[in-house]
Amino acid sequence: MIEIGLGHYLSLGAIIFFLGILGIFLNRKNVIVILMSIELILLAVNINLISFSIFSGDIVGQIFTMLILTVAAAEAAIGLAIILIYYRNKGSIRVEDIHGMKG
Amino acid sequence: MINNLDILFPEIFLSLSIFTILMLGVFIKRSFNIVFNFTSLILILTIAIILNNPNNEEKIFLDSYIRDGFSNYFKILILISSLFVLNSSKSFIVENKLDKFEYPIIILLSILGMFFMVSSNDLILFYLGLELQSLSLYILASIDRDNLRSSESGIKYFVLSALSSGLLLYGCSLLYGFTGSTNFDLIANELNKENIGALFAMVFILVGLAFKVSAVPFHMWTPDVYEGAPTSITNYFAVVPKVAGLALLIKFMLVPFSNILLEWQTILIFISIASMILGAVAAIVQKNIKRLLAYSSIGHIGYALAGVATGEVSGYESSIIYISIYVIMNIGAFSCLYLLKKDGQYKENISDLSGISKKHPLLSISFLIILFSMAGVPPLGGFFAKFYIFTAVIEKEMYFLAITGLLTTVISAFYYLKIIKTIYFEDSAITLEKVKNKSAQVSIFLSCSILLTFFLYPSILNNVVNSLFAN
Repeated sequence: MIEIGLGHYLSLGAIIFFLGILGIFLNRKNVIVILMSIELILLAVNINLISFSIFSGDIVGQIFTMLILTVAAAEAAIGLAIILIYYRNKGSIRVEDIHGMKG
Repeated sequence: MINNLDILFPEIFLSLSIFTILMLGVFIKRSFNIVFNFTSLILILTIAIILNNPNNEEKIFLDSYIRDGFSNYFKILILISSLFVLNSSKSFIVENKLDKFEYPIIILLSILGMFFMVSSNDLILFYLGLELQSLSLYILASIDRDNLRSSESGIKYFVLSALSSGLLLYGCSLLYGFTGSTNFDLIANELNKENIGALFAMVFILVGLAFKVSAVPFHMWTPDVYEGAPTSITNYFAVVPKVAGLALLIKFMLVPFSNILLEWQTILIFISIASMILGAVAAIVQKNIKRLLAYSSIGHIGYALAGVATGEVSGYESSIIYISIYVIMNIGAFSCLYLLKKDGQYKENISDLSGISKKHPLLSISFLIILFSMAGVPPLGGFFAKFYIFTAVIEKEMYFLAITGLLTTVISAFYYLKIIKTIYFEDSAITLEKVKNKSAQVSIFLSCSILLTFFLYPSILNNVVNSLFAN
């Protein structure tokens, strides 16, 4: 059996974090997927903070996590609202279609 | 504890007044005018409260909140610039049917976020302030919700800004893990060059901050958002969040990262050079004034960052002077846009300016003064701003940065002069509609007169900024 230590948790956090970033840049289909990727990034940060907090015996990291969860909810709400008004104007939320301005 | 609460008085006052006018807006029909006037009043009162607050350094709430001359200066700059931006854009807002009562309230909320940003002394407070500001700005960018371009700029700004907040937050988590604290002073004690994890954290945090001030290579959103959002919002975007972002960059160099300045400087020098070059080159081909101002603001941020990159107090001071004069110039430039009305529509293309000097000499001369000042022509205010930056950079013997800065100043002068050529030497004489917008005219007048007379008493601003770093 391997002892699960801080390094493992941090690796998990890093992997989820980079999956989130890749999700934003590689996705060409749907803006909702970008919203999910952003949530993924914030959750990766939470994993990081909680594992740091547990392994250093300091409670501040967990408090920070609570606040990040709240902010993430607010961000998702505003993001969905913006996507909604864009859909009403354009009739599509495909990422390829969002190119009204260039230069 | 309760005795110290007066330190937080500006923020408490601002949040309570936001609740109050939100209630006013909900219960009174067609309340835009009332809410708007109350907003101006609140901004003025908050300035008075901050001016009344002493400047000596004090920390409260487990040292997470700091009040000192530095944060007070930036708060006052934020408040004054928002006051001018709001008032000069009022008739634009009403005529374009943006006059929802939420508009000024959301602006106040973003100001509250910036307040917490500039006086944070703790990663948690810093992040919460930053998010309060960004969330308000997402809404503002897409406030013209029946307009495709406005909602598109909102979606672009939201995606990229949320990504940068994520990167910044990842940096914060690493910084917390590798130093064991979220307090800036404790982080500063723990950090040193051997701490590789903290170096990673520094890079992530710098990326997030560079995004907020739209420095290259994190500038992609700027031109699109500036073009798509309504002009009044663009004006706000171009002025106020930049001030808060620069304050944060300086704060991070002063406190938490003061022991690893060298690494931080290397990245800042690169960002600064890249911003100056892109701001100068990409603006040349632009046809839309708002887009051009977006690239010009990227360039200006490059100069301001050059001052920060010196890593010395004289450099920080020159950056603060630069951003103050940048605010004055941009308020003037955008106020001119509020007077460009033809056939019942506000125009934003450079071709709409051709030959307006024949019919509108006053507007043209103010455009001339502001653009010359942006290009850095002596003896206008913009020249002194650049002069202080270059003096600080050369004193630190960073000749490459200084030479790039000088070269890009020359290149960027080209497109400022191109607009002036369009205004003064085109044959077609466009006649604009008469716009009744007293406050925009007052803003232009004040901005021009400050830029024109700055050379008489440059020491006024200098002394104020010097006193920020006195201790």
